[in-house]
Formats: sequence, C-alpha cells, structure tokens
Amino acid sequence: MTIIQVFVLAGISLIAAWRAPHRWRPVILAGASLLALYGLQPSTSIRHLDFWLPTASIFLTSLVWVVTRHSSVSWRQTLPTLAGLSLLVVGVGLTRYTGKLCCITPTRPPPLLSILAALALVAVIAWLLSRVPYRNLLVGAVLLIVLGVFIVLKQENLGRAASAILRQAAGQNPSLSSALDLRWLGFSYLAFRLLHILRDAQSGKYSPASLSEFVTYSLFFPTLTAGPLDRIERFRGDLRSAVQPRYANISEGSYRILLGLFKKFVLADSLSLVALNASNTPQVSAGMWTWILLYAYSLRIYWDFSGYTDVALGLGRILGFRLPENFNAPYLKSNLTAFWNSWHITLAQWFRAYFFNPTTRALRTKQAALPAWAIIFAGQISTMLLIGLWHGLTWNFAIWGLWHGIGLYVHNRWSAWVRPRLGNSQERGLAQRGITLVGWLLTFNYVSLGWVWFALPNPGLSWLALGKLLGFSA
Amino acid sequence: MKPSTSSFALNVALKAALLFVLLNLAYISTNPSSSLGRISAYNHLFPGRHRLPYGDNPERSYNLSLYNLDAMFASHEIAAGEKPVDEYRIVIIGDSSTWGFLLSPHETLTSQINRGRYQLEDGRLLRAYNLGYPVMSLTKDLLILVRALRYEADLIVWSFTLESFPYNKQLFPPLLQNNPAVVNELISDHQLTLEPLALQPSQPIWERSILAQRRDLADVLRLQLYGVLWAATGIDQDIPVEFPSRQEDLSADSSFHDLQPPQLRESDLALEVIEAGVRLASDIPVLLVNEPVFISQGQNSDVRYNFYYPRWAYDDYRKIMTQQAASRSWMYFDFWDAVPSQEFTNTAIHLTPTGTRMLAESIAAAILKVAEASR
Repeated sequence: MTIIQVFVLAGISLIAAWRAPHRWRPVILAGASLLALYGLQPSTSIRHLDFWLPTASIFLTSLVWVVTRHSSVSWRQTLPTLAGLSLLVVGVGLTRYTGKLCCITPTRPPPLLSILAALALVAVIAWLLSRVPYRNLLVGAVLLIVLGVFIVLKQENLGRAASAILRQAAGQNPSLSSALDLRWLGFSYLAFRLLHILRDAQSGKYSPASLSEFVTYSLFFPTLTAGPLDRIERFRGDLRSAVQPRYANISEGSYRILLGLFKKFVLADSLSLVALNASNTPQVSAGMWTWILLYAYSLRIYWDFSGYTDVALGLGRILGFRLPENFNAPYLKSNLTAFWNSWHITLAQWFRAYFFNPTTRALRTKQAALPAWAIIFAGQISTMLLIGLWHGLTWNFAIWGLWHGIGLYVHNRWSAWVRPRLGNSQERGLAQRGITLVGWLLTFNYVSLGWVWFALPNPGLSWLALGKLLGFSA
Repeated sequence: MKPSTSSFALNVALKAALLFVLLNLAYISTNPSSSLGRISAYNHLFPGRHRLPYGDNPERSYNLSLYNLDAMFASHEIAAGEKPVDEYRIVIIGDSSTWGFLLSPHETLTSQINRGRYQLEDGRLLRAYNLGYPVMSLTKDLLILVRALRYEADLIVWSFTLESFPYNKQLFPPLLQNNPAVVNELISDHQLTLEPLALQPSQPIWERSILAQRRDLADVLRLQLYGVLWAATGIDQDIPVEFPSRQEDLSADSSFHDLQPPQLRESDLALEVIEAGVRLASDIPVLLVNEPVFISQGQNSDVRYNFYYPRWAYDDYRKIMTQQAASRSWMYFDFWDAVPSQEFTNTAIHLTPTGTRMLAESIAAAILKVAEASR
C-alpha cells in the first residue's frame, strides 16, 4: 500500500464510521472492501488479470460460503447480497466504458460479455454445489482447491506454468510467462481465512454467518494486504456490535495509523537502503558490516510488517473493530518461544490451532505412543517448516522454518532441564536478570541469523552471508 | 471536569498544527540547509567517499545525485580533518572522465596517481583528490573549484575537453541550476559573459520551509544512509557488465553545436571561465589538461574524430588552447592522443582502467614537473 492509498482508505473508514447507519454497516463495509480489493490489486502483465484475480477472490469466498452454509441461513435472505456482489463486479467491469474515468482496476477491465459469462458460470457452479448432499466431502474438496491455488502461487515453477496457461488463454506469448505475473492481492491471508472456516466446518465448530458478514470478514479491506488473521466468531462480534464512542475510536485509530506510517515509510523504508539483500551480500567486504546489514534487515522487516499491521489495526479501530494484535515487542523477548508468541501472532495461532495441536494430539493418542520429546520435536519442526513454506515454497523459506523449529525445540528442552535446577524467583535475583539479558541477546541474534535464510533468495547466497557473518569467508 | 473526547481530539489536532507551523517558521527564518549539509556521518562514522556523490542507479551503487554542495563535500574524503604535513595535496577537477565513469573508485585517475606513490624532493607524498563531477561544463568545474580551495590544495589539476567550452553548455548542469545564488556570484565577481540564473526573487517564503524542502532533506539523509553501504562494500557506482561501446562509425555531419566550419573562434569558447579559475586559485598552481579523446578509424572518421568532435573544430580548439596558454602563461598540457583507441569505453572520453593508468602516468609526470618548479 502507498501512503496515498492509506489516506484514501482512512477517509473511507472515517466516512463509514461517521455517517453509516448501523444496519447498513455490513453492506457498506463489504462494498468498500470489494472496491478496495480491485483498487489495491497490482497490475500484471497478463491481460485483464488484474480484474480477474480480485473477482476470483470474491468467487472463491462465495464458493466457500455456499459449501459451509448452514440451513438456518436462507437463500432468500442472501439474494440481495448476491445481487449486490454481482452488481458490484459488473459495475467495476463497466468502468471499461467510462472513458477518462476508467478505471478502479490498474488496467482496463475485460468486456462486459465475458464478465456476465463468468458470473453465470459461477452461479451455476454455486447452484450445483448447494445441491450436493455429501457436504463434508464437498468441504474437503474446496479445501483442497484453496490449498492447491495457494501452492501454485507459492511455487515458482507451478506459478510460471499457470502464467503460461493464462497467457495462452489471453492470446499472449506463453514463453514470456513468469511467476510474478500472478500477483494476487492478499491471497495468502484470504486462503488462511477460508481454510479456517473450512476446517471449522469439517469439525462442526463453525457457526453460520450471512454472506455479507462472510464476505466482509474474508475480504475486510484494512486486513487485505498484511493481515492480521482474525477468527470469524470474534470478527462477527465486532461487526454486529454498536460502534461507540466514535471519537475515541477515531483518535485511537488515527494514532495507530500515523504510528504505522512512521514505522513503514520512515523507519523501514530508510533501513531498506542498507538492509541485507541479494545484491549487497556478495559485495560486503567485512564480517562486521555484514552484521550491521543483517541487523538493519531485522529492524526493517519488523517495522515494515508491524507498520502495515498498525495501519490495518488503526483503520479497523476507526470502523469500530478491535482486530487482533500481530506483534508484541518481539525483539525484546528473552527466548524463542516468547518471540513466537509475539511475532506474527495470528499466523502462529492459526498454525497452532489447525496443525500443531491436532498433530501432537494425534501423535499422543497413537497406540505406540511416542515419547514426549519426540512429539514436541515432530510438532515444532513440522509446524515451523509449514510457517516457513507459507511465505513461499523455496529451499530458503523451508530452512528458515527449520531454523526456528530447531530453536524452539532446543529452548523447550533447555527450559525443561533448567527450570527445576533454578531456585525460586526471589532467590535468583541478579542471576535471573543476567539470564534474561543473555537470553535476549541469544534470541535476538538467533532470530537475526535466521533472517539470512529469509532475506536472500537461495541457499548459496545465504551460506555466503553466514560465512561472512561467522568469519569463514571474506 | 474531564474534557470530552471531541474537544481532546480537537486540542491534539490544533497543537499538532501549531507545532508544525512553528517548526516550519523556525526553519524558514534560520535557513539551515547549508549547516545541515555540513553535518555528515562521512569521515566520522564512515570513511569519506573517494569521489563526489553521483549515482545513476542508487539502489545498486548506494550513491545518489544531490545538489547540496555542503553535503556533497562533507561526504568526500577531502573533508576528513587536517591536511597531513607530509602531503602534497592535489585537487583534480573535471568531468565524468576525471570522476571515473564505469570505473570503480580504485581505478580512477586520482587512485592511479596515488597508487604510484610519487614523492617530491622535499619528501612530501603526492596525494590526489578526485573532485570531478560527471557533466561537461567549465562553469560547473569553477563552482567546484571555489569549494575545493577551502581544502588547502598545493596544486590544482583542471582536466577538460572541448565539449565543456561552448557557451550554451555552461549553465545547463542541474548542479548549477540548483545553486543559482552561488553561480550568479561567480558570474558577477568574475564578470563572466553568462546570463545569470533566475533567482526567483518572488519565490514565496514557504518554498524555504521543511515541507517544501523535504526532498532535498531526504536526499541528504539518504546520502548518510548510503554511507553504511559505502563503508561495507567500497562501491559507489553501479558498473554494468556490458555497455554499448563508443561509436566507431560516425555521421558525415561536420557541425559542432551550432557552429559550422571552417573556423572556431576564441569567442566561441568560454576561455574566460578558465581565466577566472586560474585567478581564483591565486598562488596555487593550476595545471590545465586537455584530456584524451577517442580517435575513430571508422566510417566518416575523415570528417570527425569521434561522436563529439568534427576534426576542424577540435583541431582549431587545440590551436586556440595552445596559443591562449602561451599568451596567458597557463600551465597547459595537451594529452589529446595520449591513450590508444582501444582504451576507451562507452564514449569518446571515458577510459578503461588501463587507459586511465596511462593518463595518470602522464599527468603525474606533469605534476612532478610543475610542483618541483613552483617550490
């Protein structure tokens, strides 16, 4: 998001908070979110794809709603929302014909006829799906589709192949395909919101939501680009509750937005000039400077991500939402477990709820039960590996995940060993403060060294950086 | 009584606006751009740059072009502390050839001279400082020379080529356009026949505010940040692996700017700028160097030496310079053909490291001659 886009969204939020009657709130928020979805979508080199990707987000969200729909939510109640969604998609498409006023999307939308055909196709699919009796099977199938799209977007070769297919369909040269063609705004977050719904629906925990609530939750504009990953039950509570008092929300939200802008556009963007990257890694002459560049990267990535999160939380606050915090001073934590309880909190919680807990529970209940240390090892390594791969299916993200998995496991075992050997906290006193300080130093440097895998595109460069950091190579 | 939230928000907004206005007014009244430019992390936290900041691709070369002369000089190694007693300080000014376009900081003319570790008879070591700047204009050189004189130079080398002489080239560089007051002072002090730059006397006062000058301030800040990477990598220019080679085959056009053959006149050249520089340097010797140019053997090379120069104009220019040097007692060295054709890179004046070394040897010999003579 650019500063201008943040201010536009803040303006929309202010108007929505100030002027919107309560009963129209979900509709207005859904409409604003969908328009933001089109407006924020980056342009791609495949013709009309910057229209079709946001449209696909809407279609996919609607599809998930259809397969998880509870019988208590009637189609009749839903029809106005469906009509509104369709009209909005058509309306965005119609900007193609508005001359100089064109367009909300970065490039001209496709012809109206193809939009209407796509809408008709989706309507038929939705109707057919709503008739399928095997609901759990259907939920599982859609879950696989969402996961499949996610994997295609995160794996470079698959992304390139998909780009070639799309290029061919658009009558463009497929030999120019690139994974970068598929820049789908906010899909990583959307996919995980939808997976949360689908998994809860499978396990019977999901309580039904109306389509407008569902769309607003999945595509809520403050959280499109950088989260946080909220839970629908909590979000719906905010959506349904009356917003009071507005001034407090606006002043708190504005403060948070300004803080976020400062973090992102002043601190993070300045540090990005000197942060470790693929071009300066081979050029750095001495280990000390590599450490400085690495620390600059550590701070940059924190201020960048937490800055965007502050903006999202601030926009949400203006609209009367208390979105979950994603960061809680992670670099001040004195162990890796505490770090992961305060870094990208909502993603970690998601993986804890939908992968770590079920996995360790399954391992514990197996007939030939594994020892506790093995269960913890398997759970932490696999969870962190998946968190790494969530960022992209590359060796470096996998190694980054493993790095943290191993770190978490070591800390877990260390804590289990050391806790009974230390006296009570009053006796520890100064020693405890010393341990905390050493712990903080170790944690910050361990996390920073982990960024070597995250910041650089391939293991070769990362090894080179590590060699310079640790004095093995010049 | 506790104030309402709305009045609190209004209070905060009003106070913030008031602070913002006061801060801008203080900035306007003190006009601290120049002082801020002199505050530099270079030569303190980071080593000074070997050459003035100039960057085509800041992201890759960790260098950028800016127009704050104070900040530019403060980032240069010449601004690092006192001059050592055993140093014979040479300041070299000139265009992109002197700055070292497509060369690393360690391959430039000054670096090659310094690598020679030339010594005077009194034991002082020759130490050359690169104050070249990649644009061709004698007035731009003069602007830099004025600043350079603050740094206790023992000798000045002014390297130029004909392209820096035409009157219509004198004031076009953005570095001059963005420093109109200093340039106009030079024009008036030395009675140069150049049209003074528009000073915008009716410039609104707010143009001097933080808000209006935010880009300049950001450039100064960015220059400091790039100091980290300069210190870490020693790179200050993105040097592409491949670049288009200097033009070998030339057009049959015999014009030079708006001049036509057969003759170049003295009045076509801004010789007065050279004169002003020599006068400004006062008792510091100024060694004038006509820099090497590429001599083409390709198509129409009977009409032109290279992309820049038709033969008639360049031959006339060399004659004029020789005559003027003799009549005005300038120390002038003509190295126009001192470097073979294969040692030119992307233009008719940019040299390879080998070509630069050859020129450095020629210039060092001239420096030693002048330095010993002027002791």
